[in-house]
Amino acid sequence: MAQFTLPKNSQISEGKTWPAPQGAKNLQVFRIYRWNPDDGQNPRIDTYHVDRDDCGPMVLDALLWIKNKVDATLVFRRSCREGICGSCAMNIEGQNALACTIGIDECRKPDNALPLLTRKDKDGAVRIYPLPHMPVIKDLVPDLTNFYAQHASIEPWLQTETLAPEKEWRQTPEDRTKLDGLYECILCACCTTSCPSYWWNGDKFLGPAALLQAYRWLIDSRDENTGERLDGLHDPFRLYRCHTIMNCANTCPKNLNPAKAIAEIKKMMVERAV
Amino acid sequence: MAANGSNGSAAPAYTIIDHSFDVVIVGAGGAGLRATVGCSQAGLRTACISKVFPTRSHTVAAQGGISASLGNMGPDDWRWHMYDTVKGSDWLGDQDAIEYLVRNAPAAVYELEHWGVPFSRTEEGKIYQRPFGGMTTDYGKGTAQRTCAAADRTGHAMLHTLYGQAVKNQTEFFIEYFALDLIMDEDGRCRGVIALDQATGEIHRFRASMVILATGGYGRAYFSATSAHTCTGDGNAMVLRAGLPLQDMEFVQFHPTGIYGAGCLITEGSRGEGGYLTNSEGERFMERYAPSAKDLASRDVVSRSMTLEIREGRGVGREKDHIFLHLDHLDPKILHERLPGISESARIFAGVDVTREPIPVLPTVHYNMGGIPTNYHGEVLTLKNGNPDTVVPGLMALGEAACVSVHGANRLGSNSLIDLVVFGRAAGLRCAEIVEKGARQPELPKGSADKALARLDRFRHADGGTPTAKLRDEMQRTMQNNCAVFRTGEVLEEGRGLIGKVFKNVADIGITDRSLIWNTDLLETLEFDNLIGQAVVTMESAANRTESRGAHAREDYADRNDKDWMKHTLSWLDETSGKVSIDYRPVHAYTMSNEIQYIEPKARVY
Repeated sequence: MAQFTLPKNSQISEGKTWPAPQGAKNLQVFRIYRWNPDDGQNPRIDTYHVDRDDCGPMVLDALLWIKNKVDATLVFRRSCREGICGSCAMNIEGQNALACTIGIDECRKPDNALPLLTRKDKDGAVRIYPLPHMPVIKDLVPDLTNFYAQHASIEPWLQTETLAPEKEWRQTPEDRTKLDGLYECILCACCTTSCPSYWWNGDKFLGPAALLQAYRWLIDSRDENTGERLDGLHDPFRLYRCHTIMNCANTCPKNLNPAKAIAEIKKMMVERAV
Repeated sequence: MAANGSNGSAAPAYTIIDHSFDVVIVGAGGAGLRATVGCSQAGLRTACISKVFPTRSHTVAAQGGISASLGNMGPDDWRWHMYDTVKGSDWLGDQDAIEYLVRNAPAAVYELEHWGVPFSRTEEGKIYQRPFGGMTTDYGKGTAQRTCAAADRTGHAMLHTLYGQAVKNQTEFFIEYFALDLIMDEDGRCRGVIALDQATGEIHRFRASMVILATGGYGRAYFSATSAHTCTGDGNAMVLRAGLPLQDMEFVQFHPTGIYGAGCLITEGSRGEGGYLTNSEGERFMERYAPSAKDLASRDVVSRSMTLEIREGRGVGREKDHIFLHLDHLDPKILHERLPGISESARIFAGVDVTREPIPVLPTVHYNMGGIPTNYHGEVLTLKNGNPDTVVPGLMALGEAACVSVHGANRLGSNSLIDLVVFGRAAGLRCAEIVEKGARQPELPKGSADKALARLDRFRHADGGTPTAKLRDEMQRTMQNNCAVFRTGEVLEEGRGLIGKVFKNVADIGITDRSLIWNTDLLETLEFDNLIGQAVVTMESAANRTESRGAHAREDYADRNDKDWMKHTLSWLDETSGKVSIDYRPVHAYTMSNEIQYIEPKARVY
């Protein structure tokens, strides 16, 4: 079997073990990826002990507890804390998720961990890394510039030829239902960064999130630019690098199915060709 | 590029990158993006600065809908919407601005629909509208269905659509830039804004003919809020530091249904769709407090009723400290179709299956009616030489950061989303009118970045004994305990002392991270410093207003007192001493046009 080695400057070393809170009876260990662009050091894994009796139930609660009480230098994005803004996407126990909607107990269930990441440690730690295969700016903060550019490239706005009516465009409830499972995307990037095909061809393959959005506009009964939208995706890489691996659907914290949306686009491509 | 701090300047050396634009918008929520699109379309060189990626702004969390008298579900009229909004505001709203809001609301919603917002639909294919608190037909006689909804994810649908429009209009975004301070000149004109690029640690100085603050509310001054962690009122604080007043800061809205414990929002639309509240005796107690509107009374009324029930021992749960919201009698199909988002939130954050069990809820800080005083063009106002409507040149404010004032003492649900787009659009139109395209801008005042950089540097190297998180916690608990749903002179007096102490302790703050790239220890400290100023003026304004009106309920002054208090509070903060000075602006007792008369104050009964 092929052996993969990380480049020297990416190899992760054991970091600091921060002292456990005194007198705490219900401790949970967290091992968290740290990387600081300022210090010239390799990434490291720091170990923290969180007092569960003093901390909320979600992984984000634990991160905030650590930042407030143990180590103020730990860096991660967060905002709404209710699963709608998409800021706190990260890799938790081998699974991309929103830290704010995944429980500390929930993420440690065996069916949530990828089999590749077999556990060596015996302390039941929760392991947290940034979203995979993205450049890291600092600690758990990935650079999502390319991800956002790809989303913008599918032209995420309604395009019509017909003169707009004075009031609303009419849309039947049935046509509106076609947008369900698509418009709810929060652009957290959990799906795209879980996709092996995207890891390999992230510069050219649009990835599941952008393609889900593309389909959201393709299937909108009000949109009149279907042909050009499909033209824009007709390319060996942008759409067709999806190999139905389905990590996207497994990981989506909003329970959406980007793989299905991609399959629907492929069907539209075939239908217009015949 | 220029190196600041040479030639003997007091400020430390930071790399400064200069930009020049016609308009710079700070904030990329609903109001900021709508203004950005408007200014871009007007051909103005426009920049939008945001501390988070636009779709992560807190507009994304708005659930229930956006109000406009489309009349899709039955007869409606902008005059009825106006009456409801004035009554909701407890007559503290400016009626010219309210008329502007409700008359422009339908067009603003159609515009959003044309841009692609996936509104829910009626059988005829029109935009679906649901009932909401305080929204009535025929001046209070019936229940209106006025709130346009995209299931219970209306804010999310709107914000993503507005972001798409900004992309379409090739807006120049500066994303994950943290705005530090305004640049004001000696004539009192705003000339630009200073920001920190989080990814590089570089300082950017934006010169602009117009700066628009669309920075949202400051819910995080409280311990339990539906607001995001990023709702720290940064624009409000910049205005205070510029020596300008904030308006009506004592009016803080508690949303009746935050999830008990987690504080996450459960939309008022859940009651609009038929949900109701019960106490420990299983009683639908809102029937006693608001016989006509019941569970769809104004938010301030419902929050007070819930608090009274709990106080009188009829709360639910082991500690009898919260209330139940029932949706379990509703058709699961309706729940799935119209309330899918909150069904998910209730499961995740309360462990509740809404089709079977009630949701434990509690009044939770949700919205700031107060903010930066503006007229209905979005222009910032101040009281100067006796003129309460003096425009501050070069500066606008929008959305929750602003106090237009259309919400007065209490905002109606779904009136905030419409506020964002109507006044966002108004600001764009005003800029098109008064900002010269591509104008060469005069030199900035000498040392224009010094003050902002000195503050940044002071906190970056702060080595006092108190961590930011500890002070923030003290501030949040003080506001929660001493400036809550019900207030008394005594409790507010104690609050003044406590919050003043927290303010003084900022001098002893200590941070750990000294870096500049993505230093969230530093950013949270700057945000805390922004919050504490607003907390102080909120507490002082609340102690000062000796009447009860809208969200400001004084037990020692239980009645509204129009004779002495039908006026806006203006509060200035001395940033060194923490002393607050208070003055007033009259409420606009006139409408915008002759098509509706001023709505005279009367008792507010639901």
